[in-house]
Amino acid sequence: MATALAATNHVAMSDLKGKVDPDWCPGCGDFGVLAAVQKALVDLQIPNHNVVTISGIGCSSNFPGFINTYGMHTLHGRALAVATGVKLANHELTVLVTGGDGDGFGIGGNHFVHSMRRNVDLLYIVMDNQIYGLTTGQTSPTSRLGMKTKSMPFGSVEAPVNPISLALAAGATFVARGFSAEQKHLTELIKQGIQHKGFSFLDVFSPCVTYNHDNTYQWFRPRVKKLEDEKGYDATDWMAAMGKSLLWDEEIPIGKFFERTDVPTLHGAEPVLDDGPLVHADNRIPKDMTRTFIEELM
Amino acid sequence: MRKTFAIGIGGAAGQGVATPGDIFAKIFSRRGLHLNAYNAYQSIIRGGHTFLTIRTGPEKVTNMGDRLDLLIPLNQDAMDRHLGLLTDGSACLYNSETIKPGIAAQGVQLCPLPVSKLADVTRNKVAQNTLAVGAALSMMGIGFQALEQVLTEQFKKKGDAVVSENIGIARAGYDYAGTNFQPFAWPLPMTANRYAVLSGNIAMAMGGAAAGVKFYCAYPMSPSTGVLHWMAAHARKAGIMVRQVEDEIGVVNMAIGAAHAGVRSMCATSGGGFALMTEGLGLSAMLETPVVVIDCQRAGPSTGVPTKTEQGDLWQMLGAGFGDYPRAIAAPLDIGDCFKLIPEIFNIADRFQCPGIVLCDLLLSEGRLSVDAKDLDFAAPIDRGELIMDAPETSTSNGDGVYKRYRITESGISPRAVPGVPGHTHTAASDEHDEDGVLISDEFTNPTKRRAMMEKRMRKVVGIEAAVPPPVLWGPRDADVTLIGWGSTKGVIEEACEILAEQGIPANQLQIRWLVPLHGDAILDILKQARHTIIVENNFSGQFARYLRSETSFVPDGHIRKYDGEPFMPHHIVEAVKEQLGGKCKLSVPAHEILV
Repeated sequence: MATALAATNHVAMSDLKGKVDPDWCPGCGDFGVLAAVQKALVDLQIPNHNVVTISGIGCSSNFPGFINTYGMHTLHGRALAVATGVKLANHELTVLVTGGDGDGFGIGGNHFVHSMRRNVDLLYIVMDNQIYGLTTGQTSPTSRLGMKTKSMPFGSVEAPVNPISLALAAGATFVARGFSAEQKHLTELIKQGIQHKGFSFLDVFSPCVTYNHDNTYQWFRPRVKKLEDEKGYDATDWMAAMGKSLLWDEEIPIGKFFERTDVPTLHGAEPVLDDGPLVHADNRIPKDMTRTFIEELM
Repeated sequence: MRKTFAIGIGGAAGQGVATPGDIFAKIFSRRGLHLNAYNAYQSIIRGGHTFLTIRTGPEKVTNMGDRLDLLIPLNQDAMDRHLGLLTDGSACLYNSETIKPGIAAQGVQLCPLPVSKLADVTRNKVAQNTLAVGAALSMMGIGFQALEQVLTEQFKKKGDAVVSENIGIARAGYDYAGTNFQPFAWPLPMTANRYAVLSGNIAMAMGGAAAGVKFYCAYPMSPSTGVLHWMAAHARKAGIMVRQVEDEIGVVNMAIGAAHAGVRSMCATSGGGFALMTEGLGLSAMLETPVVVIDCQRAGPSTGVPTKTEQGDLWQMLGAGFGDYPRAIAAPLDIGDCFKLIPEIFNIADRFQCPGIVLCDLLLSEGRLSVDAKDLDFAAPIDRGELIMDAPETSTSNGDGVYKRYRITESGISPRAVPGVPGHTHTAASDEHDEDGVLISDEFTNPTKRRAMMEKRMRKVVGIEAAVPPPVLWGPRDADVTLIGWGSTKGVIEEACEILAEQGIPANQLQIRWLVPLHGDAILDILKQARHTIIVENNFSGQFARYLRSETSFVPDGHIRKYDGEPFMPHHIVEAVKEQLGGKCKLSVPAHEILV
């Protein structure tokens, strides 16, 4: 997702502090994501009034209330649809979409797939904790096979969705994965995602310390391996990215899997926006034009 | 009684029923005649049966009428279905080589066309249609030049050869009728007026453009798709962003997103798509982000009869979404009103920051009407309400807390800043929130604040009611019967009242346009004076009657309902009124005689 850097005003961490403190459980992975987003916006010096943070519903979807930007807290699963409308109406805004795995890959799955193929210019951060938290611990679309939860007490019999491969297959033009315990690395990915022109998908392991006892910080730490550290990994190679996306258990890659910059964004491909954002357009259509609309009918 | 002339063209889908219809419509409107067209069709792309009725005359033609003056059956099926509708003085033009006429009523002129003798049918597959159009215009007393001009426009893209071939065929039909058939007793007159002919869908799309809509999105669904088609075709000229979305849930949420960013935003669907949108309407109300949704009703429930009309979605609109929230719902009264209503409801939605619902139906959406171009007003007032679109670039911080997005006010309206405005950052939340936008659904749950916010939003209802005019009674004050309708039945009830008056039964009409707010007291004041009240509606359960009763405790003397998928014809209402005034029944369900 692309953005213009602020010319004059200095953006500080304090500017981005929300009206209230997060009420996530102590130790929740989402704290790390919030801090990384705030740091990224400071590093990029984007004024907070030019940022819209849009979420669905869930623990992580309370995110917009905890950061001082324009925010929208929408319906469960619908953040990407709302965000597409915001971006198309005013493409000068930096649009961040934040949410969880249930919100994005479950109830919002349809919008997820279509937003990626459209290459809407925004950064979508999924705080993926492989569980439903706000409803007190049920199986999510990314819960591993066999995981026991309140809704599947004998273990899940459904194969989880692989968000990275799905994003690659659906045509996302920037695909990355972070880990909320890797702050610096995560901040870099967020900055890259904001600067990418097109749909940036960032799946973040954000452990749920209350309900997910399988995918804990301790479980992730020895497994995650940064793609950036891998010699010769080429993030423009879609096939290589797809191959990496399939790795799990022993070794789980994090970092930028894939990026391509040759695909027009949805708003970039729309001639109606040639004269600037819709929100600044004149409400009235020129009279000679409206006359032709009527003459067609005579 | 208004003098009119009606043509029925029947055939299979794909046989070219639409083209002769378009040609007649153009010729009539250019003669300065009014017209109304209704196409009864099926959910099939090729085959089946479709029946187009075009009715014209020098005065306003508000509905399809009761009488057919000319039938043009394009196949045997159409002949068999409809010949029985013709009465004394009418005529039937048909291809005598492929269609057998059957027995017609006394005084009906059967007009066989020897198609292969008049045109080269191996070259032109729709020659019978063109011959019939030529013959028909001759019998109506319309000069050939009008047809020649329309055919030239119609076929000019295909080259001069095609143009002259079609003009030749039409001429052959025209001349053949001149020597072989009796002209109609009433040659169609001419006036100096010129009308635009358009469908309700085009009218609503253009109304949106007039209202300053900058964002339109939809998922295709009959009978609303015509709005999408006009928008898509004119988007670049009109500067409107048009998107086709993956489903109606995406549609309404995308529309809300665009609206939230500051543009007027609209979408259209039918009952099934609307059902998917209902959670989004609640979001619009909770965020206080205005959006306008059009519902083009079709016969339900479920997938129902996608190509047939009904007024069966009223209760869905009234109850759309859970929880209480302010909304405005209006049903356009005719195709001209489809245009006029859109800027009006946008002004309400913008001023009161709530969803606006347009309750249209297939009859208007896909029907066509002649409208005076002056009534297509692209300069209609635009009132965006208390909208903050810019502020000085003072600070990136919002630490002073001066701006409260959901400030509690007497009107319930809080000034709305759009993203991008410095110094006004806030979160618009789907969860209940306080004046700052901070959620009061989790650790800050607070019954006092919740009550205050609920009352703030609901106070807007008072303002909306004051902004919308109450309905008025049409026709004589002193009448034997008062017919109450809503939305698209306006024209047919109006004509039924005229016929009743001619038959010695003075009748008047109360037609409801704004359903929410309803103005129940004003309605009661009118109905208290009425001698006999009958509610006319296109549904099974009397949805409006039930709504009126729930709002006002008013119970009418009788009901006329129809739920066969087809619209009312004037005689349905006239006969039912007589039946009910004669004390025979309190509920009439007229049968539709045209089998489509």
